[in-house]
Amino acid sequence: MLRNILNKLKPSFEKGARFGFLHSTFEAFESFAFVPNTTTRSGAHVRDCNDLKRVMTVVIIALMPALFFGCWNIGYQHAHTFGVEMTFWGMWIYGFLRVLPIIIVSYVVGLGIEFTAAQLRGHEVNEGFLVTGMLIPLIMPVDVPLWMVGLATAFAVIIGKEIFGGTGMNIFNPALLARAFIFFSYPSHISGDRVWVAGLQSPSAVEVTTGATPLAEAAAGHIDRLPSTADLFFGLIPGSIGETSTLAALIGAVILLYTGVASWKIMCACVAGLLTTGFLMNWLAVNPYMSLPPYYHLLMGGFAFGAVFMATDPVTAAQTETGKWLYGFLIGTLTIFIRLFNEGYPEGMMLAILLMNAFAPLIDHYVVAAHIRRRLKRIPVNV
Amino acid sequence: MSNVIRIRKGLTLSLKGKAEKVLSKLPTATAYALKPGDFPHLTPRLLVGEGDAVLAGTPLFNDKRLPEVRYVSPVSGIVSAIVRGEKRRLLAVVVKPAVEQEYLTHDVADVAALSREQVVSLLLAGGAWPFIRQRPYGTVADPSDTPKAIFISGFDSAPLAPDTDFTLIGEAETFQKGIEVLQKLAGKLYLGLNDEMAATSIFHKIKGVEKVVFHGPHPAGNVGVQMHHISPINKGEKAWTIDPHHVIAIGRLASRGVYDVSKVIALAGSEVKRPRYFRIIAGAAVSTVSGYVNTSGHCRYISGNVLTGVNVGADGYLGFYDNAITVIPEGDKYEFLGWANPLRLHRYSASRSYLSWIFPDRDYALDTNINGSERAFVLTGIYEKVLPMNILPVYLLKAIMAGNIDRMEQLGIYEVVEEDLALCEFVCPSKIPVQDLLRKGMDLMMNNE
Repeated sequence: MLRNILNKLKPSFEKGARFGFLHSTFEAFESFAFVPNTTTRSGAHVRDCNDLKRVMTVVIIALMPALFFGCWNIGYQHAHTFGVEMTFWGMWIYGFLRVLPIIIVSYVVGLGIEFTAAQLRGHEVNEGFLVTGMLIPLIMPVDVPLWMVGLATAFAVIIGKEIFGGTGMNIFNPALLARAFIFFSYPSHISGDRVWVAGLQSPSAVEVTTGATPLAEAAAGHIDRLPSTADLFFGLIPGSIGETSTLAALIGAVILLYTGVASWKIMCACVAGLLTTGFLMNWLAVNPYMSLPPYYHLLMGGFAFGAVFMATDPVTAAQTETGKWLYGFLIGTLTIFIRLFNEGYPEGMMLAILLMNAFAPLIDHYVVAAHIRRRLKRIPVNV
Repeated sequence: MSNVIRIRKGLTLSLKGKAEKVLSKLPTATAYALKPGDFPHLTPRLLVGEGDAVLAGTPLFNDKRLPEVRYVSPVSGIVSAIVRGEKRRLLAVVVKPAVEQEYLTHDVADVAALSREQVVSLLLAGGAWPFIRQRPYGTVADPSDTPKAIFISGFDSAPLAPDTDFTLIGEAETFQKGIEVLQKLAGKLYLGLNDEMAATSIFHKIKGVEKVVFHGPHPAGNVGVQMHHISPINKGEKAWTIDPHHVIAIGRLASRGVYDVSKVIALAGSEVKRPRYFRIIAGAAVSTVSGYVNTSGHCRYISGNVLTGVNVGADGYLGFYDNAITVIPEGDKYEFLGWANPLRLHRYSASRSYLSWIFPDRDYALDTNINGSERAFVLTGIYEKVLPMNILPVYLLKAIMAGNIDRMEQLGIYEVVEEDLALCEFVCPSKIPVQDLLRKGMDLMMNNE
């Protein structure tokens, strides 16, 4: 049925035909609805049925626990802060209605640019943004203005990805770039104590005092005001939409690791780096924050979310298997350093990952160089 | 069986249509062909014309680069067609077989008494030289080289591949004779065996080779993988490889003085009605087996296996080095929301992105759909899981894409041929044409030597 319609439309979207300029767009929708009938022409005659569309789908499914919990937590934080009575589903719907516009803006802007870029180049539309478009809302504060989301998304996709040649060629994780863009351009909208709980920025909320994230509390030296580890683990804390719950990130991690989409080496290395540096800081501690047990750092802020979904982005991470260990470990280490010693911004994960994105090619370069050296050593000397 | 090399990385695909161990009779093929395309980097010079009468063993063409290497007719009969393609490139020389097979005969001598030069000229004159391929690059060996060793893989681990326990039955003596000939060419001979090989396998009695036992999934049977684990070749070194069926053909040449390339091959695949084994002469028309194939659907006839074989079509010919004909359905159909289907039970994925891993141990009837569209490299660490060699496949492929010869060499392009990276291509979610790329890289290397 749908196939017949598409078959009828197809000729007018061929290159050179009437709507030829929309070829990429048509192809994207067609291959979204139907796996193409392309058969193998060279090489292996049969192929694994895994493709990038499926890979991206798996990542989106893995993001769902974080999204669902995030929606609920927005309602919960709002009710908790303002002392409003709300039912479980009431909280969820309250949060969902706040998140939905951000998701829509992110996808509309991002996909719009992706389609245009593909069209201009005459390429097929890549699936990469399906994931980026979901990641961006999840790392935004709930009260972020929508125009800002749109602008940041446009920046991330154009400057972060398309000028490098599109999905697979970019250096920095586009979603984190969107967040960094807002952080550096409009810092008051993504830091401080009043952006993390829905409604706190309205003038009527001046009398409410708490709304700070645990990281901000810790950075301010209020170790005694930190939530319980259980609250931190389940995510009943203020923070970006999808990043508060360590549990939700762990469920996502299980999905990503079981399906083999994300690298377990990077995730493990991130945790190892964080804990090692954390213990080292405990030992060197000169203030209460430095002596905070390292497992708090696993639970606070966006670490778990970042380690599972951001650091493992295969395009921007180290690509050699050995390199992945080093890359992940340094992310964990840098996260602690930034959290403990950077007074401007309490969350270190974003900057740690972006910094390591920049260094990943260098790490790979040395891993490959070492591989080549080992190959050369194999040659008998007397030749 | 003390020294077993365990291969951990790889993937054994279980497909529908495994050949049953029954040897059936085939009608005589209507035509045989010798195709220059089966020999990488060959520039053929035709030695016969249409209508010429030939014997089994009469040279049909030779190689302009190595003129002494002659490629000979597998049967006696009349040259019925010279098939040319674009720019008059020679695609095939077709021979219509005579009713009674006659052979070009060569003098037979005691192998032990022959010098290396005499053995080389016997193989060259007898048309057996193209059996021997070299690493790097998988081309026919250069007779003036001395290899560091000759490697023979005694088993084929590819999907639906023929079982050498069965195809080589009764050939122990000729195989041993072939080994004696090869011993004259190289100081060292290695024979790769599988730890699951039957006790009846002819290889157990063979002398004059060092046997190395492998355990693990495909590509453990690839001679390149075995070589990598036994004694990897380095820059500047050369090693030779030969298929066990061709060792037997060399044995026949040495004992009877004739070029006889008949062998037992498997007819397999989900579109074959009764998959089984047949005795056939290399180069035979594939139409010979059409009686055993389902004629209802749109099928692909592959000379070789589904990972590395050649799509020869129903009117094509069995390739020079191939020991199987595989017939699978074409996948030129659309699949509604296929990528979103949670199960997709009729398809196979080595990843667990689909829930089909809930139902393991099934035989799959895979078609030729590419299951997606070509993209840039995105996921990492996927190729490494199916390549049991110390090679960085993605970096090697990127060096090839960039045409960077030094880099290709540094990353070890001389150790692999297409079949070694075939599984990478199979699992690739970005649908990168890995084998094609690798061949391009090897051509580039050879053109720059």
